Amino acid sequence: MTTSETVVLDIDGLRMRYGSVDVLHDVTFQVRHGEVVALLGPNGAGKTTTIEILEGFRARSAGRVEVLGADPAHGDEPWRARVGVVLQSWRDHGKWRVRELLAHLGSYYADYSTERITRPWAADTLIAAVGLTEHANKKIRMLSGGQRRRLDVAIGLVGRPELVFLDEPGSGLDPVARREFHDLVQGLADEGETTILLTTHDLNEAENLADRILVLNHGRIVADGTAAELAQRIAGEDQVRWTRDGQHFRHSTTESTAFAFDLFQQYGAAIENLEIRRASLEDTYLSLVHRAESGRYEAAHVNKAEEEVAR
Amino acid sequence: MNPTATALRAGWSRGLIELRQTLTNGGDLFNHFFWPVLMLATLFFLRDVSFEQSGFMLGALALPSILGMNAAMGMVTMSQILTADREDGTLLRAKATPHGMQGYLVGKVVSVSGGLLVDVAIFLIPALFLISGLSVGGPGPWLTLSWVLALGLVATLPLGAVLGSVFTSTRSQGLLTLPILAMIAISGIFYPIAALPEWVQWIAQGFPIYWLGLGMRSALLPGSAAAVEIDESWRHLETAGALGAWAVLGLLVAPVVLRRMARRESGSTVAERRERALRRVG
Repeated sequence: MTTSETVVLDIDGLRMRYGSVDVLHDVTFQVRHGEVVALLGPNGAGKTTTIEILEGFRARSAGRVEVLGADPAHGDEPWRARVGVVLQSWRDHGKWRVRELLAHLGSYYADYSTERITRPWAADTLIAAVGLTEHANKKIRMLSGGQRRRLDVAIGLVGRPELVFLDEPGSGLDPVARREFHDLVQGLADEGETTILLTTHDLNEAENLADRILVLNHGRIVADGTAAELAQRIAGEDQVRWTRDGQHFRHSTTESTAFAFDLFQQYGAAIENLEIRRASLEDTYLSLVHRAESGRYEAAHVNKAEEEVAR
Repeated sequence: MNPTATALRAGWSRGLIELRQTLTNGGDLFNHFFWPVLMLATLFFLRDVSFEQSGFMLGALALPSILGMNAAMGMVTMSQILTADREDGTLLRAKATPHGMQGYLVGKVVSVSGGLLVDVAIFLIPALFLISGLSVGGPGPWLTLSWVLALGLVATLPLGAVLGSVFTSTRSQGLLTLPILAMIAISGIFYPIAALPEWVQWIAQGFPIYWLGLGMRSALLPGSAAAVEIDESWRHLETAGALGAWAVLGLLVAPVVLRRMARRESGSTVAERRERALRRVG
């Protein structure tokens, strides 16, 4: 068995219920060593609940959960040393200096080195890796939002974890800081040694960072695959627009090329201003979430894609 | 090296780092000096007032009592810090680290008791010059002071941690101030307890502040001053017994309460508190 075949996360039939409300119904998925997987879904889909159960910070109602071969609800300290959690900092450790805090937190991992992994990450190397070298002696409360998020990543990585959890990594960052942050996560992923599970409600973020996307909606996994697979499998409709005799027409179809061919056969040169917009991953995602919702609320919902909207 | 020992060592160095931070920071330094200086001013006005017909000066009686009160205040500090650290996510970081909670707690005990010793020194050293009628020659008084202080800390810090786990926001911590002030008022800190009604004396003896004050008085006052105490005695055995009982209670309850509190911490609980706190400001 090679390491790339090792299942790091194995979740089967995970359920979570708060009072009488089911937040997660039967969540099932696996993540293998070295994979970067995004848990994508709208707000309130159950992403944070799921990741917190896997982190061992929240007790589940039912289902089997194995994280690095152990049940996170009973994860012991050696298990904890193999897991990295990137938390969103607010104002904790404001009086600490960057290097001071990383060296301190790293010292807890010193006894958990293995033959393959030396723990912890040396503070200065880590600081350089997240691009905070010139701020190493700054007090943490003096850092900008983007710098703090990079420090959060550094703290999550200081024990050289085999598995890293990132909850909503890009939220609250300006576009520049967000790009830097994504580069940082990508750099980590490219080494292929670290398995990463992240949650996001932002499709672009999922597409940028993840090898595989799990779409979570209303407490269920409604799709699982690479960005390309998702776009293909849940064929979102292409938009076809044209004018004929001064009238505007619009049609949604999965077979846009064939549809255009038919149009020309039927009306020939009368067709003007033809425009075909391919389904983007965003459309796929929206129709997925929409389909899941309509399946839930209106069983007899007429599929919008069948309608033709004229004028 | 075993991981628990590593965590204890990490906790120790955490405590020292935090102690250094609190002593090199304007706001914290103000807090360190504020109470001792206020108490010194109180002592200054009490120094020439004598207690009833006993011939003892109130200033001399109050000095060790205030020392005892200071020591007991470690409980409040501990409780406030714990609540603040839970609110801002410090505790969650500890939870995400192997043996992090152990390290965190050791660190807190070191930094809070270290800060307390600093506060005690800030008050005690000038006070000794201000007040006469104390008996501080030889090692005896300092030995008594040390064991009372040490036992007092073991009795009060775990209790502080328990209180800190019970209060969920720094705001609700304010509720704690009133009962603490009431406890100080009846504990014979500023006025000898034997002069208070008997039922008040019984209540006061139920709490560690009284025993810390009594122990401090027994350390620093001449033996004859015991005349103004309950039973006209320093009651060392009872002091050790009462503080010891609180210590055992605290050490038994604190780990349970702390573990329960820690179990509930997660990213979303911290985010929730952050939002609540920001709404309050904004």
